[in-house]
Amino acid sequence: MTEPAQRGEPGGRSPEPAQRGEPGGRSPEPAQRGEAAQIVRPYGDTTGDGRVQVSFTLPIPYGTPSERARAEGAALQLAAKMGLEPAMVVHAKGIGADFTFFIVYGRVTHLVDLSEVIIAEREFPLLSSAEVNLRIRSGLGRKLVVVGACIGTDAHTVGIDAILNVKGHAGEKGLEYYREIRVVNLGSQVEVPDLVARSAAEGADAVLVSQVVTQRDAHIANAREMASAFGAAGPRRPLLVVGGPRFDPAMTASLGVDKVFGKGTTPSEVASYLAYTLAPAALDPAAADTGGSAPATDIRAKPIGASA
Amino acid sequence: MEAGNTGPDRAVRRRLNLDPAAVREARELARHAGQPIVDMARTHTTVSVERAVLRLAGLHGADEDGMPWVNCLADAVRQSTGLEHGVALPVWDALLAGNYPDLGTLARDAVADKVQFRVPGGADAHAARGAAAEALAGGIARIDAQRAAREAMITQTSQPRMPWIYLIVATGDIYEDIPQAQAAAREGADVIAVIRSTGQSLLDYVPEGATREGFAGTYATQENFRLMRAALDDVSRELGRYVRLTNYASGLCMPEIAALAGLERLDMMLNDCMYGIIFRDINPRRTFIDQRFSRQIHARAGIIINTGEDNYLTTADAVDAAHTVVVSQLLNEYFGKEAGLADSQLGLGHAFEINPAVPDSFVLELAHAQLVRELFPDAPLKYMPPTKHMTGNVFAGYLLDAFFNLAGVMTDQSILLIGMMTEGIHTPFLADRDLALENVRYVREAAGRLGESFQPVPGGFIDRRANEVLGEAVQLLRRISDEGLLNAIADGTFGITRRPADGGRGLEGVIEHAEGYFNPARDILEDPERNLPGDSPSAALSEIGA
Repeated sequence: MTEPAQRGEPGGRSPEPAQRGEPGGRSPEPAQRGEAAQIVRPYGDTTGDGRVQVSFTLPIPYGTPSERARAEGAALQLAAKMGLEPAMVVHAKGIGADFTFFIVYGRVTHLVDLSEVIIAEREFPLLSSAEVNLRIRSGLGRKLVVVGACIGTDAHTVGIDAILNVKGHAGEKGLEYYREIRVVNLGSQVEVPDLVARSAAEGADAVLVSQVVTQRDAHIANAREMASAFGAAGPRRPLLVVGGPRFDPAMTASLGVDKVFGKGTTPSEVASYLAYTLAPAALDPAAADTGGSAPATDIRAKPIGASA
Repeated sequence: MEAGNTGPDRAVRRRLNLDPAAVREARELARHAGQPIVDMARTHTTVSVERAVLRLAGLHGADEDGMPWVNCLADAVRQSTGLEHGVALPVWDALLAGNYPDLGTLARDAVADKVQFRVPGGADAHAARGAAAEALAGGIARIDAQRAAREAMITQTSQPRMPWIYLIVATGDIYEDIPQAQAAAREGADVIAVIRSTGQSLLDYVPEGATREGFAGTYATQENFRLMRAALDDVSRELGRYVRLTNYASGLCMPEIAALAGLERLDMMLNDCMYGIIFRDINPRRTFIDQRFSRQIHARAGIIINTGEDNYLTTADAVDAAHTVVVSQLLNEYFGKEAGLADSQLGLGHAFEINPAVPDSFVLELAHAQLVRELFPDAPLKYMPPTKHMTGNVFAGYLLDAFFNLAGVMTDQSILLIGMMTEGIHTPFLADRDLALENVRYVREAAGRLGESFQPVPGGFIDRRANEVLGEAVQLLRRISDEGLLNAIADGTFGITRRPADGGRGLEGVIEHAEGYFNPARDILEDPERNLPGDSPSAALSEIGA
């Protein structure tokens, strides 16, 4: 633990009195409460106080008093470079002989400009399973064929199974549950050429690939390999969809696929996307209003960890 | 072991009024469902079983492409005489006929197509059998010696108190894994599991040598086993506490990895009767045949198996599917005991995976955990932490992990896999692991005695729920017993995944025995007369601390 004198109240008030409100000319004035704020900073317990909490480990010892003093100084230096000023080390603990863990509270000097935030919008409406079935039936006139797989060395089928299995995920039934969707789940460690061949044999409208393992960015390399293999296979390729906890929806174009789903995706989102994209909407009343209400802002577009 | 411990060394506290007739019927049904599978396993072999025989006889190493010599030699025999008679008879016949100094030299010549294999008869067959039996007796003796070395190490250091704290390392690089494992042991871990590279379960060979590249884990190789066990021996002596090593047998090479684990003194092994089928789409027949031989080796090596029932609850709902866990445990118990494992070697798995939004979720967890504890009073149960409902809110996750630890302490679980608050976000940071250990240490110290006062009301919520799950398990076992286990697996009974008996990987490696099939390793492992003096279930019990 740190020396008591060095500690502040976790999450509490800064020892510095002139903290809130006046940012010292470094930045535009934060908006007042109730206005449509364009510039905001983190909220601890008072508007504009900018208070945040972070934790991290440094590869330095926390044994002797001088080592402890140095470790806490090092933590504060890092905090300052991260824009936390003033900052307090509220907790420090040695982990083994060579590492120290810190919890730091501080006031972040950075501002958030809401006008610069780029929002990934969901370009399709969320449909119920009945609406998905109706749209496929009326727009496609046959069952929509989905081939799913984990490719490369990835043997973790949890993700693809959660989307495809009847059981589904997060209280939603998987794609097998949809009457108008035919699911072919190829399972784990499918080779890309096999996936291409099987997709052609099944007449796949869409190929869903899940990638959990991300060491050395294997998920990105595998997705690109798949996209180029389908590209090389012919002009009329199925819709290519990849998903996994470490995919960023912004990577769609660079991966060469049609859609990327990140962490927290539910089966109904995937089903809605497939129906919206693959089944023409002419006869579907659910999609008549294409201008206004249908596309919804997806506030979950940034998955946990995606920016880490 | 010290007083206050729980586990196989002491009578489990009876807290539930389980219907003894239902418990008896459940075991009887599991036996009935498993018996045809055992009959199949007795009359079939696999390429991996035969390669394990060669490994036990001392063949190791690989060709310049990294293909192990055991694969090369077994493939050569298969192409010429087939493996219906077992690999041993043609191999030792060729060894004698060609005056080869060792199996490695024979394997090199076999690859070069310089060996004419045959199934010998008469005196030649007799000579080949004798030579093979002698070679395999040597291999089994090495496993026996490692078992004795484990017991000596435990005497020299000490047996950790239960629940054992089980921690995972997984860097992909054995030389990074070693300092991490040693650090984890110093921070309180009793069992180190080295997660395998994700592709390995579907490789039909075991890679060779020390490895520094892996995907989300480190390859299981004989050399990696040896390096890690030596490092943990060092830290065990330093701490005065025996730190166990675990790896994963399940997959296409279950028998071979079991052989290597026995030779290199691993202490526990993930070895589930259905995991490979359900979650890795390995052929069901291949899995059951491989499983039986691998467990015979584990039994001899004094290795505790860990079964994978926790996995069912990650794909199915933990309340709705609670009984499938019990059914799988009963099947694992039947198959395990049939293969010679003692109760004290059955690390049956279960998990804390009920959605925390469900009312009384913690009370339901207690009911499930206590049910399993009482159904298997002598088994070192392995209790797995929440993973499915770890949402990314690390603070809430830390709380959930504390409740998991509390359930583990209250219901006398034997092995606790330590939950990480960052589960599902990234492989644990050093600090995540340290915080997780702080969590379990706090709960163990603060609530260790709570178990002695935990007595659910007879006929109350916990008692009723436990009996309800047991009743559902009996019903499901009746159905499995009627329709056959392979059909039940094909129907998607477990893990909601359909796995037909002729589907999945590895079926081409299954071979029916011909008349006169010869497997000298199996002959030793199945022959009670050839067991070590005192090598009985009670000896296994003393190994883990009775």
